Amino acid sequence: MNNRSLVSIDDFSTEEIISTLDLAEQFEKEPVQKLLEGKVIATLFFEPSTRTRLSFESAINKLGGKIVGFTDASSSSVTKGESLHDTIRMVSSYSDLIVMRHPIEGSARYASEVASVPVINAGDGANQHPTQTMLDLYSIRKTQGTLDNLNIFMVGDLKYGRTVHSLMMAMSRWNTVFNFIAPEELKMPDEFKLYLDNLGLKYYEHSDFNDIISKADIIYMTRVQKERFSDPIDYEKVKNIYVLRNSMLENTKPTMRILHPLPRVNEISPDVDSNPKAYYFKQALNGVFTRQAIICKLLNIK
Amino acid sequence: MKEPKQLSVSAIQNGTVIDHIPAKNLFKVIHILGLDKFDHQITFGTNLESKKLGKKAIIKIADKYFENADINRIALVAPDAKLNIINDYEVVEKKVVEVPDYITGIAKCMNPKCITNFEQVKTRFRVVSKKNVTLKCLYCEKITDQENMFII
Repeated sequence: MNNRSLVSIDDFSTEEIISTLDLAEQFEKEPVQKLLEGKVIATLFFEPSTRTRLSFESAINKLGGKIVGFTDASSSSVTKGESLHDTIRMVSSYSDLIVMRHPIEGSARYASEVASVPVINAGDGANQHPTQTMLDLYSIRKTQGTLDNLNIFMVGDLKYGRTVHSLMMAMSRWNTVFNFIAPEELKMPDEFKLYLDNLGLKYYEHSDFNDIISKADIIYMTRVQKERFSDPIDYEKVKNIYVLRNSMLENTKPTMRILHPLPRVNEISPDVDSNPKAYYFKQALNGVFTRQAIICKLLNIK
Repeated sequence: MKEPKQLSVSAIQNGTVIDHIPAKNLFKVIHILGLDKFDHQITFGTNLESKKLGKKAIIKIADKYFENADINRIALVAPDAKLNIINDYEVVEKKVVEVPDYITGIAKCMNPKCITNFEQVKTRFRVVSKKNVTLKCLYCEKITDQENMFII
């Protein structure tokens, strides 16, 4: 990988994904390794995202790198009317790698074309968030021992959920069975189902959230957001249906694990947290190891 | 009364004739090919009768021959266009336009939240369907279909 960027998970081949996950495993065993000594990483957050930024900064700190950047656009020269093009050109000359979050879709791809250093997309609007996908893959492989022949249940907002779309696309590289559980208004869009059809992968759609989950290897929960509904009454009707409660987990596989990109609101009842099948907080920690691995891969350090 | 055998648009001795352009898209074709900046002799005809298109337009450009890659740029607005290469008043070669795999510039991404609609970025698309031309933006990864295609 020579001056490669990670804008979309599709930028990595399956082999590159696997080797990144392997490297992340090494960082889980030994998180503090001074591999970025003397390196400067720019973290440009044109919109605030505390969780993602802290995860990246933690990863960079554990690798001994230094951080420059800003945490929201109001403290950058964007307020003076500087274009993204100019900001990226300027920051390229100050840093060895750029981590960027930006509200406009496609901004990360554009930045990667303008920058003379690798760019990691930390979310570009509703488009891509590949490091989230990578940590989801890491969490799945770690808890199941494999990425092959798994039954993945995705629950909640499957229409607008960026993370479920990216994860679905990524998991379609392996032999995966998908089950989509969503209210009518938030069903998986046809273009993604067509994509699975073309690959010959099986998927099932359900509107009920019930015993069907006994087949799951992974339950990937997402938040059903009120603002997605044009009629607030429709939201009231579904808001309590797609909630995972501890009592529902009784007949699920012992190896099954629950993932959630966080933040959660009420879609996972707090009584699930103490169940060993709850994995979402550990999943967030995995984000640090996978981000360490991605940074090192793109800088050709490991 | 006998119909006079006459061309609606006068013939050229040498050059290129682009026929079967949908009449409503004539000016888009002119714009895409940059004909407004040519100093060659050019004649246009529009709203001519066509069995296939209803109303068609035709462009005759004297002493000009196009590269395939250049001419294929008009495929978005004139997918059925036919080219006749003229040499000494004779058609020496016929060509059809082909929808390319990738399109740079020309079309606007229909996603209002796409970076190409915020900064001066030349649009780039992968053609995902050639029949009913459908474009996938290489920046925001959203689809722009024929109905919503806007030529820049």
